[in-house]
Amino acid sequence: MKRILAGFLVASLFALAACGGRSPAGRSGAGAETVKIGWIGPLSGANKTYGESAKRGVELALEEAGYKVGDLTVELIAGDDRSDSTEAVNLATKMMTQDRVAAIIGPVTSGSAIAVSAIAETYKVPMITATATAPKVTVNDDGKRKPFVFRACFIDPFQGQAAANFASRELGLKRAAVFYDKGNDYTIGLAEAFRETFEANGGEVVAWQSYSSEDTDFSAIMTNVAALKPDVLYLPDYYGRVSLIAKAAKDKGINVPMLGGDGWDSPDLDSATLAGGYVTAHYSEQDQREAVQQFATRFQERYGERPDSFAALGYDAAKLLLGAIERAGSTDGEALRAALQSTQDFPAVGGQLSFDEWGNPIKSAALLQVQADGSYKYITNVD
Amino acid sequence: MEHLLEQTLNGLQLGFVYALIAVGYTMVYGIIKLINFAHGDVFMVGAFLAYFGFTSWGLPWPVAVLVSMAGCAVLGVGIERLAYRPLRARGAPRIAALITAIGVSLFIEYFTSLNFVFGSDYRNVPRVLPDRRWELGGITVTNVQLLVLVTVLVLVASLQFVVYRTRVGKAMRAVAQDTDAARLMGIDVDRIIACTFALGSALAAAAGALFAVAYPQIHPFMGIMPGLKAFTAAVLGGIGSIPGALLGALVMGQVEVLTAAYVTTDFRDAIAFALLILVLLLRPTGLLGKTAPEKV
Amino acid sequence: MRKQAFAPAAAAAVLYLGLAWLRQAGFIGIYWGQIMDLALITTIQAVGLSLIYGFAGQFSLGHAAFYGLGAYVAAFVTRAFGGNTLTFALALAAGAATAGLVALLIGLPILRLRSDYLGIATLGFGIIVKVLLDNADKLSPVLGGARGMAGIPRLTTFHWVFWLAVLSVWLARNLVRSSHGRSCIAVREDEVAADIMGLDTTQFKTLAFVVGCAMAGLAGGLYAHLYSFLHPSSFDFLKSFDVLLVVVLGGLGSLTGTVVTAIGWVFLLEALRGVLGQQFLDWRGVVYALVLIVLMILRPQGLMGGREISLDGVLGRAAARGGAGRGAA
Repeated sequence: MKRILAGFLVASLFALAACGGRSPAGRSGAGAETVKIGWIGPLSGANKTYGESAKRGVELALEEAGYKVGDLTVELIAGDDRSDSTEAVNLATKMMTQDRVAAIIGPVTSGSAIAVSAIAETYKVPMITATATAPKVTVNDDGKRKPFVFRACFIDPFQGQAAANFASRELGLKRAAVFYDKGNDYTIGLAEAFRETFEANGGEVVAWQSYSSEDTDFSAIMTNVAALKPDVLYLPDYYGRVSLIAKAAKDKGINVPMLGGDGWDSPDLDSATLAGGYVTAHYSEQDQREAVQQFATRFQERYGERPDSFAALGYDAAKLLLGAIERAGSTDGEALRAALQSTQDFPAVGGQLSFDEWGNPIKSAALLQVQADGSYKYITNVD
Repeated sequence: MEHLLEQTLNGLQLGFVYALIAVGYTMVYGIIKLINFAHGDVFMVGAFLAYFGFTSWGLPWPVAVLVSMAGCAVLGVGIERLAYRPLRARGAPRIAALITAIGVSLFIEYFTSLNFVFGSDYRNVPRVLPDRRWELGGITVTNVQLLVLVTVLVLVASLQFVVYRTRVGKAMRAVAQDTDAARLMGIDVDRIIACTFALGSALAAAAGALFAVAYPQIHPFMGIMPGLKAFTAAVLGGIGSIPGALLGALVMGQVEVLTAAYVTTDFRDAIAFALLILVLLLRPTGLLGKTAPEKV
Repeated sequence: MRKQAFAPAAAAAVLYLGLAWLRQAGFIGIYWGQIMDLALITTIQAVGLSLIYGFAGQFSLGHAAFYGLGAYVAAFVTRAFGGNTLTFALALAAGAATAGLVALLIGLPILRLRSDYLGIATLGFGIIVKVLLDNADKLSPVLGGARGMAGIPRLTTFHWVFWLAVLSVWLARNLVRSSHGRSCIAVREDEVAADIMGLDTTQFKTLAFVVGCAMAGLAGGLYAHLYSFLHPSSFDFLKSFDVLLVVVLGGLGSLTGTVVTAIGWVFLLEALRGVLGQQFLDWRGVVYALVLIVLMILRPQGLMGGREISLDGVLGRAAARGGAGRGAA
């Protein structure tokens, strides 16, 4: 009774909504004139800056292709998930069942990516995340691969191993202090791999320190760490947090080499504090390969600033997807999946790229040194 | 308990920054019984204005901070005028003001993170002071810590002067005690409330600027956690009481740092808030709160 | 009595059949169907808070914590015992029961606090739960901790969500109309007076709190099995505000207001995506905040202002008696 009116309201809302939707008939496959590609990432909220960078990379790749692949016109449908897994799932459902995208690039953050990967499997639409490093994105809990899910970035362990080998073999360091954000897969993965490799190389991890992404005050932690006299700090987080941790370390008189991962790569890194530090990165601007030079120049021209790692990875993910659509000659989910999986030595910014059986790229990393002016000096390549 | 003294100093620095924010919360609450959730975002705007003053406009740091305090005072009064006063004028329930405050908070965060405003980058604040540190009997002291301690002490002393030695301060205390009686006595209540917002916001701006020196990384969502902690500190000390806010903030800073130093970093927020609940259960109106009986 | 119970039940059945048919026939697509499910889950959660705050006047800023507890417990049950209808029902019950039990345990001490202090204590409790969820992988790796819990079977369907929402509303309505419910309202209006009149205020406050939190737990279980992935950040204090603003916007002490607002709010947020277009994606948060501020300034008593949409008007009169002009908590 009292719900009758409410019921009418609700029903009319739903009716309105339904007008926007189309009936769930079969997916329109090859032959369509446009191919829609979805993009999901944070465009508002605390992670907006990461999402924007990644999206710029994707857009640059599409612009270079003239928004064309073969004789198909490419349409990009972007959506903001605020790094919230619920919103990401809603968006992915909308894109796959209503907009009928051929594939999704994203989401940017691991939590959203894991949540969306299940949707990609359900509707058999390939998704390629540019930046979500958590192993669980492409693999189920039972260890089975999610066949429709790919990524364009390293998985976590690789960079940690590379950094640890460099620290113990090239720099000859013995006592490491390792910091990680317990809420961030990316940093946990790198930190764990670093610890394992560093200890296997005969080094000692004297501090194994967690923090949360909301922390800004690291003075207490650093006071304790300074007393342990480490000779290297491993800080595998994004540039925002790293700058704060490094500042706190210097304040407590810890003046030892600092190492990090690709998350450092940003024009906003506090390069004054971190000068002399080493990072494992996807590429070096000094790398003369055409893909790298072309990307770095064009990004600079288009957006007026240096690309960060999110932009580079977004660019690679979009290029990989366009390449796969071209080779598949179709926008059918299964054909696209097979084409992505069979990618061989694709000339990406991050290296000659192929996918392994887990949907992860096989590629090498560059080891760079941070300079006080914010630029990077190429040191060596690591595999 | 190694380095206890040094850890206490770390906690003191954090607590002092919280204190400046907490004072604003408590003043507004004391006068209109509103938890002004937008206060943490005023703190963020303060950090950004000081940053822009120092980098883009080339002002000397102290001037940049003063400009930021003035700007945030205007912002605070503007928020009061546009969002809270219309509600008061309509005799809206307090919960409506609280929800509006949450709305204002979200608005400031999302609006300033648009690219033509502040943008969403994590901005790196350049050194205001050259890095200096001294070893005193095994304790490390930095010039930034001294700057924070001295600035906060000066500001709190000035606030104490304003509240207890000036006409405006007297009016504020009168309005806080009994708004209707104060109005009958000829006090322009709206103006006094505006003054309270201006004062509280200016202090939050100063806190933001200090925060940016001590933890030199700013972005539009940086105000949420410090705001929440400072607010908790104000409740811990007894909301509505300025000395209570200071005490609460110092306790909060120490608990946070000492937990991280000697117990665990994984559970530090949980421990801080568990302590809060415990204190409230033992003293339901906070450490220094008035235990006035409920009016019937 | 019989007649009164029959009409709403019939209305619900008609609504159910209508919606189910619209979905079956594809007029409501998969995407909007999912949003509808989410809206109904939000409704269950909001009806719970409406009992606690709207009717019993207990200011809670930690509702999302109970939502999260229910979600994790329910998800753990289906992960442990496999996903079928029986285990799903058990899981939902376990989630609701856990949330209710925890509410009882913390409610007994903290419901003695008044007004904003209670709000802060519940807010603190919410943050504690979030931190515990962040570290839940130490308890069992299945829970995922700060990395999130994946691989929860997708068992939540429209049928479950719809009928559980109806059940929650029905339960809340009966509770509010019962003598217990009237006592709750008395506690909200003037706790001291209610106390003097010989009402056991603690008992009524606790009852509303436990039932309301159990509903949040139930909603959490449904959420977990709709989205198949849980992350502690989905249950932080900002999510508690989301529910609170639904209850306040709907009008305190109005169940229908809560229901309509919960559904409307979820749809409004999704509709913003389409309305704003590709150039203004980052404006969504700004528009959301502005809508909230403007609505609150225009309708400070909430959309329904304590009244109910009702033909028989019984509940309307009951709630309107003390409807307008209440303070926070």
